[in-house]
Amino acid sequence: MTSRSSRRSYEGVAVAVPVTVPYVRYSTHGAHWFIGRAIEALVERSRIAKDAIDGLTVSSFSLAPDTAVGVTQHLGLSPRWLDHIPTGGASGVMALRRAARAVQAGDADVVACVAADANHVESFRQMLGGFSHFARDASYPYGSGGPNSIFAFITAAYMRAHGATREDFGRIAVAQRANALANLGALFKTPLTLEQYLDARPIAEPIHLYDCVMPCAGAEAFLVMREERARGLGLPHVLVRGAIERHNAFADDPVLLRGGWLVDRDDLYAQAGATPDTIDFVQTYDDYPVVVMLQFEDLGFCAKGEGPAFVRARTLTHDGDFPNNTSGGQLSAGQAGCAGGFLGMTEAIRQLTDDAGARAVTDAKVGLVSGFGMVTYDRCLCTGAVILGRSS
Amino acid sequence: MTTPLMKPRRKNPVLRTRQMNLPPFARGRTALGMTAAAAEGRFELQVCERCAAVQYPPRDACHRCLSSQLKWTPQGGAGELISETVLHHSNDPFYRERLPWRLGLVRLDAGPTVIVHLHGDVASPPPAGGGEPPLSRKEVRVHVGARLDRAGAAVLIGFPPEESEHMADDKMLREMTSDPKFRKILVTDGKTEVGQALVKALVKAGAEIVWLGHAEPWKKLPGLADITSLPQVTLVPLDLTNGRSVGALAGEIGGKVDIVVNNAEVHRAFGIAARRGTDAAKAEMDINYFGLLRLAQEFGPALKARSADGETHAAAWVNVLSVYALSNYPPHGTFSASKAAAYSLAQCLRAEMRPSGIRVVNVFPGPIDDEWNQNLPPPKVAPGALASAIVKALKEGIEDVYPGDVAQEWVERWRENPKVLERELAAGG
Repeated sequence: MTSRSSRRSYEGVAVAVPVTVPYVRYSTHGAHWFIGRAIEALVERSRIAKDAIDGLTVSSFSLAPDTAVGVTQHLGLSPRWLDHIPTGGASGVMALRRAARAVQAGDADVVACVAADANHVESFRQMLGGFSHFARDASYPYGSGGPNSIFAFITAAYMRAHGATREDFGRIAVAQRANALANLGALFKTPLTLEQYLDARPIAEPIHLYDCVMPCAGAEAFLVMREERARGLGLPHVLVRGAIERHNAFADDPVLLRGGWLVDRDDLYAQAGATPDTIDFVQTYDDYPVVVMLQFEDLGFCAKGEGPAFVRARTLTHDGDFPNNTSGGQLSAGQAGCAGGFLGMTEAIRQLTDDAGARAVTDAKVGLVSGFGMVTYDRCLCTGAVILGRSS
Repeated sequence: MTTPLMKPRRKNPVLRTRQMNLPPFARGRTALGMTAAAAEGRFELQVCERCAAVQYPPRDACHRCLSSQLKWTPQGGAGELISETVLHHSNDPFYRERLPWRLGLVRLDAGPTVIVHLHGDVASPPPAGGGEPPLSRKEVRVHVGARLDRAGAAVLIGFPPEESEHMADDKMLREMTSDPKFRKILVTDGKTEVGQALVKALVKAGAEIVWLGHAEPWKKLPGLADITSLPQVTLVPLDLTNGRSVGALAGEIGGKVDIVVNNAEVHRAFGIAARRGTDAAKAEMDINYFGLLRLAQEFGPALKARSADGETHAAAWVNVLSVYALSNYPPHGTFSASKAAAYSLAQCLRAEMRPSGIRVVNVFPGPIDDEWNQNLPPPKVAPGALASAIVKALKEGIEDVYPGDVAQEWVERWRENPKVLERELAAGG
């Protein structure tokens, strides 16, 4: 793909203080509550005064009619740089990219990136019908399955095109569950066998129960600042080595079998001075296992169509030869709305700052975090990826 | 192939009659263009007038060249099924009650990828996980059409390219239509040729019972004996000018009627100056407007209550109006006025029926080839053709019907410029 050598590096940008506000299936609290808890934790753990946070990004589906603007008054913040990034599964990558540039430019010194969503008993259903104009007009009236029906189409088309089987997708889900057992915060706490995966009830064929995430409430957050600042504060941190995003790529493809990563990945690896072989772990966006497989291909870990063979050949657990979604991912930890787009980012920071406990990837030095978000009609539109490296 | 629908068993009177949950009906203003076309039985998508790109989902600017000149244009609907799913879970009560539900992803030859309700006769793409044939081989062809769903909003449907005998009995498709098969139907006036043609057409389409209204049962009218000898047909007393008569019949059969076809009308010639007094105009209004009002007040609630009552739920209400309802035809001026009043009331009825999923079909024939249009030159709509158009509308889920060449031409002229049509009609047509 075309190389864009004019991209400036992300040199000197540090990412620190990964925060997870514990997930719960349902909560009576609203999004502001979860954002408040996340920023409180950022302040406490960084020992940076609340008033010193001069940049803020907010990602949430359940904040409406508020945006990041309302959050500033609600929480008594007065940032000099503000962004609202409601791009769901791509919001983590996008928040990091924007915050990093703000810090490099001196528009902000310390940026808090927060994603949070509430989940009331009725929330998910209410969100689906009004998710986008195209969803209201052209997908929700067709069976009202939400993303399940869209990813059923994509999964079935992928299976036909590349010969993937349900077992192949099952390997991804089962490995992530094994990872989740070492993550106390994960909603799913019991092992999952391949037999259980295959025997699960159908939801939208060929998607079955364990191909789907569990919607929940929770928040994820991190801080972005200059490397010297993080070092001066004594904060364990990681460095941004490269980052890309792309929206509405391959719009003429009849069905999504490749994502926007493919357009920009060469730039990503060039910027990071890395190759797929030198990546120690990946945190892929995993709203459905087929999407994980697409990322393995489109980010260059295997060729297009070789996803099934790749997952048969590799071990995807945190202690395997290709660690993927070491926290359990959304499939096993839960999907707290937009926070699902931050889950891989906080986990990657933990892995590269020796904070991953029992699920630590041995000798991890470089990790890749990928984002994928926003099914407005028949596919996800936003893709992005970040390569993070251990600070020396 | 679709399994033919069997005659439903008698309803268990102990069970509660299921109430209607409509499918999601919210649509943006732009997207309603698809509903407007589907209401007349057409599948239209926006086509860019500058670069010819076909748009879907409906948009406000061309996705290729950014032009805002997007014109709703009839589509052939041919396409390839590129993926399918069967839902076993839905977030919406309407679908939850009807699972499993089959959906398809279709690449139209015209360009866009569309999500469709998939007819059971469409073949599946090769089995998932087979792995042998790449996407390009073994194409499954489909024909995409637009239909109104139970909420009256347009949805796209993937049909098999070849028609088959019982395809109308497909469970999904039957939700989108008001097919007369196994339904119980009231036709309000049996004395006219149109009424009798309607009965024959409805019986032929598989109606289980046709109740045929007769305002003056003591009169032996031509043709009526043939009709009532059909085993499905029962003559019932019904005088639309008399609220008590309408109420009495509703009390007797209201809870059983699945489709009401109101064809009763009074039609006298002339406008204002050629006839003294208001008697003829009052008689026209009494049947054409107040008759509809009386009928709707008595039969409407019962229909609404049974709109989700099994496979032969109450489904539709048909008004035989006139194309003169759109713009006054001065030689039949008072008749035109009564039909305009009826049309306006029918729009109200449609709005009130919509929350229950009962389709209101408005039929706008040009001059019918009957005794009251004796002096008009052809073309005129034959009663049999009008009846066929109504049955077709019920079978295909159409909401606005303009049967016959005259009606087709009038509606085209009316859409182009109602003022020009008014001037032309004032000048004699």
